[in-house]
Amino acid sequence: MTLLEIFKIILLVLLIVCAVGVNLTKRLLPAIIIFMAYSTIMAVVWTLLESPDLAVTEAAVGAGITSILFFLTLRRLGREALKDPADEEDAPGTDPTADSDPVPGSEHRREVRS
Amino acid sequence: MLDALLNNYQEAVAIILFGIGFATLLFQRNLIRKLIGMNIMDAGLFLFLTSLGYIHGRKAPIIEEGKILSEAFINPVPSGLVLTGIVVSVSVTAVMLALTVRLYKRYHTLDMDEIYAMTLIEREEND
Amino acid sequence: MKEFLRACFRKDSSGMEEFLNTEEKPDVSRQIRKSAVRKWQESLLSNPEMQKEIQRRQQRYHVLYRIIAVISCILFIAVMLYMIAHLPLYGFKNPRADVVASRYIEKGLEETGAVNVVAAMILDYRAFDTLGESFVLFTALVCTTILLRFGAKDKNRFVAEPVFDTSSDTILRVIGLFLVPCILLFGIYIILNGHLSPGGGFSGGTILGASLIILSASAGFTTTDRIFTYKRLNIMTFAALGFYSLSKGFVFFVGANGMHNPIPKGIPGAILSAGLILPLNIAVGLVVACTMYGFYSLFERGMIGHA
Repeated sequence: MTLLEIFKIILLVLLIVCAVGVNLTKRLLPAIIIFMAYSTIMAVVWTLLESPDLAVTEAAVGAGITSILFFLTLRRLGREALKDPADEEDAPGTDPTADSDPVPGSEHRREVRS
Repeated sequence: MLDALLNNYQEAVAIILFGIGFATLLFQRNLIRKLIGMNIMDAGLFLFLTSLGYIHGRKAPIIEEGKILSEAFINPVPSGLVLTGIVVSVSVTAVMLALTVRLYKRYHTLDMDEIYAMTLIEREEND
Repeated sequence: MKEFLRACFRKDSSGMEEFLNTEEKPDVSRQIRKSAVRKWQESLLSNPEMQKEIQRRQQRYHVLYRIIAVISCILFIAVMLYMIAHLPLYGFKNPRADVVASRYIEKGLEETGAVNVVAAMILDYRAFDTLGESFVLFTALVCTTILLRFGAKDKNRFVAEPVFDTSSDTILRVIGLFLVPCILLFGIYIILNGHLSPGGGFSGGTILGASLIILSASAGFTTTDRIFTYKRLNIMTFAALGFYSLSKGFVFFVGANGMHNPIPKGIPGAILSAGLILPLNIAVGLVVACTMYGFYSLFERGMIGHA
């Protein structure tokens, strides 16, 4: 087993760790950053698999554009979406009934700006 | 069987990645996490295809000067397929994220189950 | 009816399809159903036992969903791993999959003039496939525009929270000043050398798009709006796709009728070689770059250019 092969196996293990790590994070932002790392590792794996075309594309697309789109979506949704339910209960001054009956329609639109 | 799996470890990892992505898609209720799971599935599938084309000791299919021998290069077909697949996956992700933004704008939640329950209530009220 | 209402009040969605199917039958008139909903809501509010019952059912469906999901996941992975154990050995030549590949490698340089076999494959042998791919990108941009674009006059505009104006940041602006030309040049290099080295329209176009994104993030949208108005973006995409379709249509027509192809192949390895692959790379790169910048602009502020 060559050194390069050992390196590849380490990278593959890291890929699995990253894919599981996305599910274990509580917040969305770390999950997206872990996904970014996953894409970057994937680009390195593809250089090891002798497919430089794919490596260039994946580094630009997976780690670049897709992550930027995810970040922009989070920014667009505002802070409410980023909040995790466990934090919301602990936070002082939040109304617990505000989330319980979200009637669809414009009247009950939650303030995105905080 | 285990021997064969260990020999084909790269494909096995690709399938495990695909399975993890599938599980993320099934078990996470948050729409954005579902999308990340879909992207993980995509990458696992691409890794599987690329692994099928890889051959030990051969180089990337860029012909240098001299003899053109098919024994010197890896299989270029999976590379070409995956190259286009990556770009399609990013456009699919963009459309999905746009839909997510619209859903959040209407229902103010990213939870898939809540959105589904709300659509049912809405339909009942509209009837 | 009762079951359906109960399903409505569950936040859990699992197992709702059966109720949906029964709801299709027009046996109950709307008025009766509406009043029934209200009555049911009131009784729910007043009856704690019923709430408990609903919660119990919700829990049960949730557990059922989880069990089915776990079983399907494990089954899927097991079947696929079983399949992998019977695949040909990793890293060795697969004789069944080698016929097409060796044909592409051996005849590719002679038939297309491109040194990069992957580029020869996706832009010559399978050019029709790549055309569809470009149209997928264009369609995705159109869909995103429909979903996210709000004009300046739109009252329902869903403006993002102005957390951080990126163009006002000095560090970002200065770094962007140095980074953008380098990335832009790298993207152009990758597109123009698509037939000679790894890369091509897709990867180079994404890099170009990334450099445009960095430019608009560091220098503000006023800079990029001068170049990329909505109209110009549309014209560029249309011109690129039209050029692709027309040129490839011409080649297909010529090839199918057994005529001589007038496009010169050039010397392999030179920048002006490989026939149509270089212009097609540029066209694909333009489409991809426009699409990526359009995505960014739409997600960032809900419009492209001033429209």
